[in-house]
Amino acid sequence: MNGRRTFLKGLFAFLFSGGLIEGMLNILPAGALAREAPDKGKWYGYGVSVDKCIGCGRCMDACKTENDVPREPFFFRTWVERYILRKHGATTVKTIDPAAEAPPEADFDKSILRSFFVPKLCNQCANPPCVQVCPVGATFQTDDGVVLVNVKTCIGCRYCIQACPYGARYLHPVTRTADKCTFCYHRISKGLLPACVEVCPTQARVFGDLNAQASPMSRFQRMNKIHVLKPALNTEPKVYYAGLDGEVR
Amino acid sequence: MNHDLMRQLAEILPRIQGFIYPNEIEIHWGMLIVVYPYITGVVAGAFILASLVKVFNVKEVQPLYRLSLLTALAYLLVAPMALVSHLGHPERFYEILLTPNTSSAMAMFGFVYAWYLMAVLLLEIWFVHRMDMIALAEQHRGAMRFVYRALSLYSRDTSERAVAFDHSALKVITIVGIPSAFLLHGYVGFIFGSVKANPWWSSVLIPIVFLFSAIVSGIALVILLYMIINPLAGGKINMKCVDKAVDFLFYAVIVDFSLEMVDFIHRVYQSEEEIKILSEMVMNKLFLSLVVIQVLLGMLLPLTLISITKIFRKRFGASEDLRKMVYFLSVLLIQFGIFATRWNVVIGGQMFSKSFRGLTTYKMEFGGLEGLLYALGLLILPLVILTVLLKILPPWKEMKELRGGAAGGGLETAGS
Repeated sequence: MNGRRTFLKGLFAFLFSGGLIEGMLNILPAGALAREAPDKGKWYGYGVSVDKCIGCGRCMDACKTENDVPREPFFFRTWVERYILRKHGATTVKTIDPAAEAPPEADFDKSILRSFFVPKLCNQCANPPCVQVCPVGATFQTDDGVVLVNVKTCIGCRYCIQACPYGARYLHPVTRTADKCTFCYHRISKGLLPACVEVCPTQARVFGDLNAQASPMSRFQRMNKIHVLKPALNTEPKVYYAGLDGEVR
Repeated sequence: MNHDLMRQLAEILPRIQGFIYPNEIEIHWGMLIVVYPYITGVVAGAFILASLVKVFNVKEVQPLYRLSLLTALAYLLVAPMALVSHLGHPERFYEILLTPNTSSAMAMFGFVYAWYLMAVLLLEIWFVHRMDMIALAEQHRGAMRFVYRALSLYSRDTSERAVAFDHSALKVITIVGIPSAFLLHGYVGFIFGSVKANPWWSSVLIPIVFLFSAIVSGIALVILLYMIINPLAGGKINMKCVDKAVDFLFYAVIVDFSLEMVDFIHRVYQSEEEIKILSEMVMNKLFLSLVVIQVLLGMLLPLTLISITKIFRKRFGASEDLRKMVYFLSVLLIQFGIFATRWNVVIGGQMFSKSFRGLTTYKMEFGGLEGLLYALGLLILPLVILTVLLKILPPWKEMKELRGGAAGGGLETAGS
C-alpha cells in the first residue's frame, strides 16, 4: 500500500513538476528555440559581397575538398548562382560549374540589364527550422550559433531537408545522413577561416565573430547596407549579403 | 557510393526546367511517403465509420462495424513499415522514441501511433470480441484453442455484469477514439502543413483536408471490401447498410471537395510570390494526377454517379444491382482519387524549387526500397493481414445480418 502511495506521489510530482509541461509547450512556439547573440563568447556570422564575386568557383571546389562532399553535381555545401537579368523582366539563373573548362556561354547582348554572381551556403539561422523539426535532435545549434548535424544519431528522415527554405541541405549518399555547411567548424574552432573564405580571391566572402569589435565580420556589417535571404520566414539568417538584388531568392 | 542514385540523378539532370537549387534535384520523400498518409488515412476513416455505429447509433451500418475495425488494425500495422523503410538509417528508428525532440512534429508520431494502437484500436477490438473469443476457445481444440485463450487474455467471465461492462467500456473507448482518430490523421497533415519553407504544403487547411480525405478513403475502402468479401463468404449484400454508408461517403466527399476548393481559390486569389511556379507545376507535372485523377475521376465523377442514384430514386430504388454497380464503381474511383491526392501533396511539394524558379521531376524506380514493387507490396500487405484477422475473428455473422442491431455474433450496439 505504501509502495503504491509513493509511486502515485512520484507520478503526480513528475506530472506537475513542469518538466513535462515545458516539454509540451516547446512544441508550440518556434520562437522559443531562437537563439539570441550571447553577451559573452563567440557568435559567428558570415558576409557576402555580391559585387565582389567573380564566379570563379574556387570556393565550391575548396569546400568539396575540405569537407569530403561527393564530387557529383547534386551535393553542395556551398554553391554560386549566376543571375542574368534582361529587359522586360526575364531572368535566367544557373549554378556555376567550377569544373567546366570554358567560361559560361557568352550570350552577351544588349538585352542584358545586369548580371552578377551570388554565393550561397547554409544561413546558420538563429531561428533554424531544421533544428525545430529534427525528430531526434541530431541537428542542433552550438553555443556559438552554428547549426550542426550529428551523423551518429541522424536517422535520415530528411524532414530537415524539407524544412530548409534555402536548399542548403542534402542527404549524404555515403553516410545516409543529412549534411550541410558547418562554417568548417573543425577549422574555425582552431581559429582558422572556413575553406571557402580562405580561398576566395576577391574577399567576396567574409567570416568572423559578430560579438567581436574588430572582426572582419563586424567591419563588414559597419561598412555595408545588408540584407538576408527570405527574411519573411523569420529564420534570422546569420549569412549577411551586401548589395543583394531583389531578384535573388 | 550509391551508383544507382547517381545514375538516377544524372538522368533527371537534363529534365530540370528553369532553375532549382542544386541540392533540390533529389526528391527525398518518394513513393513510400505517399503510401504512408494513404494508409493512415484509411485507418482514421475506417475507425470513424465504426464509431458511427457505436457513438452515433447509426444502426444500418452495423454489418460494417467489425470489418471496419479490423481493416483499421490491418492498415495501422503496416503504416510504420513505410516510414521506417524510407529512413536513411532504418536501424536507428528507435531513437525517435527514446530521445524525441519535443519541438518536432515528427517526433510525436511514435506517441500518437502508440496511443492510437494500444489505447484505442486494440482495446476496442478486444472488448468487441471478448465474448466471441471465449466462445471460440470452447469450440476449438489444440493450438487454436490456446490462441483464442491467449487472445482473450484468459478472460472467462461471461456473466451479465461482465457483458454490461464490455458495453460501457466500448462506449468510452469510442468516444476517446474519435478525437484520437482525428489526431492521428490531422497530425499527419500537420507534419506537412507546418513546413513554412514549402508554400505547397504550408497551409492551415492541410490537416483538415487530410482528415476529410481520410474519412472519405476509409469509408470507401470498407464499403469496397464489404462488397467484395461478403459475397465471397457466402453472404448477401445488405443494400440498406450500403445505401446508408454511401450516404455518409457522399457527404464526406462534398466536404472534402469544398475544402480543397477553398484552398485552391484562396491560393489563386491571394496570388502570392509562389503562384506562378505552382500553377506551372500543376499544368505541367501534376495535370494527370491532380486535375484528371484526383478531381475529375476521383471526386466529381463519383459525386455525379451517386447523385444520379439519388435524383432518379425511382429507377435506381427499384434495381439493387444497378445501385450496386454504381456504388462499386464510385468507391473504386474514390480510392484512386485519394491515392492521387496523397501523391500530389507529397510529390508535388518537392517538384518545384524553393527558389520558385524551376521544376525538377520524379522518376520512380521499379525495384528497391523506394520502388514501385515495394510500395505495391505495402499496399497489398494490409489486405493479407486483414485476411488473417478475418480468419481469427470472423465477423461473418454480423456482416450477414440483414437487420443491424439485433443479436449477432456477440455484441449488439451499445445503445440497445
